[in-house]
Amino acid sequence: MRPMTITEKILAKHAGKKSVQPGELINAKVDIALGNDITAPIAIKQFRSIGAKKVFNRNKVVLVPDHFTPNKDIKSAEQCKVLREFAHEQKISHYYDGGDAGVEHALLPEQGVVVPGDVVIGADSHTCTYGGLGAFSTGVGSTDLAAAMITGELWFKVPETIKFVFKGKLNKWVTGKDLILHIIGDIGVDGALYRAMEFTGKPIERLSMDSRLSLCNMAIEAGAKCGIIAPDAVTEAYVKTRAERKYKFYASDPDAEYAEVREYNCADIEPKVAFPHLPENTKNISQVGKVRIDQVVIGSCTNGRFEDLEVAAKLLKGKKVSDHVRLIIIPATPKIYSDAMESGFFKTFLKAGAIISPPTCGPCLGGHMGILAEGEKALTTTNRNFAGRMGHPKSEVYLANPAVAAATAVKGFIAGPEALRKK
Amino acid sequence: MKFKGSAWKFGADINTDDIIPAVYLTTTDPKELAKKCMEHLDPKFAPNVKKGDVIIADKNFGCGSSREHAPIAIKGSGISCVVAPSFARIFYRNSFNMGLPILECDGIFKVTKPGDKIEIDMDTGTVTNVTRKKSFVATPVPPFMQDLVKAGGLMNSIKKRGLV
Ligand code: SF4
Repeated sequence: MRPMTITEKILAKHAGKKSVQPGELINAKVDIALGNDITAPIAIKQFRSIGAKKVFNRNKVVLVPDHFTPNKDIKSAEQCKVLREFAHEQKISHYYDGGDAGVEHALLPEQGVVVPGDVVIGADSHTCTYGGLGAFSTGVGSTDLAAAMITGELWFKVPETIKFVFKGKLNKWVTGKDLILHIIGDIGVDGALYRAMEFTGKPIERLSMDSRLSLCNMAIEAGAKCGIIAPDAVTEAYVKTRAERKYKFYASDPDAEYAEVREYNCADIEPKVAFPHLPENTKNISQVGKVRIDQVVIGSCTNGRFEDLEVAAKLLKGKKVSDHVRLIIIPATPKIYSDAMESGFFKTFLKAGAIISPPTCGPCLGGHMGILAEGEKALTTTNRNFAGRMGHPKSEVYLANPAVAAATAVKGFIAGPEALRKK
Repeated sequence: MKFKGSAWKFGADINTDDIIPAVYLTTTDPKELAKKCMEHLDPKFAPNVKKGDVIIADKNFGCGSSREHAPIAIKGSGISCVVAPSFARIFYRNSFNMGLPILECDGIFKVTKPGDKIEIDMDTGTVTNVTRKKSFVATPVPPFMQDLVKAGGLMNSIKKRGLV
């Protein structure tokens, strides 16, 4: 049999085939179909438009109103209402509303809703996040979601895979976010278009699950169909207490075929900052120069997890946010919110002068809870810095990891965590 | 299927926030969305685009979010077809699912100036700049996708296959 990559194996299994190869068009069963308050209303409209009455499996459709919630205005309230009524009508078991809602891609792994070996589709481009668990997961549109909600399957073109091999030891403060920014800086925002990105090497094996999810989250920023990391002991420790279904670990065959193999030496990788207006405009933190910042955001499906808040709290302890900076901290889920509170982070954040937001996508997509005015600059731990992404079309967004974000909030200009020690 | 119209030119890596900013995603009405289409890149686009006009863009058109509001807004504005050397994959999928014709075509971008007259023959995949008298052939649309279009999009194809 043809040797296969982890992505090919998962897809083959879900298509009921022994083997698949890149370029092949397949129909695959989906384990989870996800929608949010922006994309699900269109999917629900499509669902009804062809007379569908029932979702294929009420336990496999997941609906999370997270983008404009708590409802920011009347229109978004109407959209959420569409979700709520559909969820109740269909008795959707994974529907997260009110105090149960969190940013979808942080919520699903945390709650054990997605597990290793799954095929997950989501009407949200950052659905690729779950590759961190060793699942095949990819973003689709609302119509695709409607199709999957009805039939429980969807068509896919089996992607070619690019393998990224990391070597050496990670420098201090370097996280999964920096590795993916480094890659995107190297290959560009369409460098992995239509392809799967597989991340390997000792430094990857040493990454925490939070960091792996954050790394795979941004595969889409290189145009990829998915990002994936082979599950291992770290994965096992993470999923064993929370998985709500059986899971399966897949791994690439040693002689699997790759479209390309790229190697990186971690010694060259510092914390990274992506400059406006594309995630590929990356620089090492030592090269950014003096950039004055008006707003710092720590949150989102990229970096709003416990570990992210923990590093921010550590750095902000006993410090004050610069008087010209608004620091907005958004724990990504209710559990992270409560864990952060119990760990005493909130006290640190509030004393430093930060704003703590309820779990929401909020400013990440320029929705609400921290919109930028003309000419303002934000440094954020989110994943996109397109022009106008966080507000006014003439505002600027810089992307970085949470340690850089915390240091920047204190200094008032873009700075690495080392800058907090030097006096 | 044939399209005729004037060219609207956009560059590389046009993202879904450019096509329709997220603040407007609280509606799914094509007419409403069309009013804000490309607002940040070219405020003249939405008020002036005519039915049948064509978007000629550079590589990786439609990158970013999975919002179907993007092809809906473009279609709602009257654009008949988007031509670019490459498309972001979710946008590509969405366009076929929504019935917005798109073509992957190299070369046309370089020779086209805004306002040039463009003719597109979807059956042969030929894109012609009538003003500059230059023709290019697009990458053939895979038969699987053609069938989707013929069936009237993904939803209708599901219905036709009796899967509802
Ligand atoms: S946090 Fe940002 S990137 Fe993540 S799902 Fe929400 S809007 Fe999208």
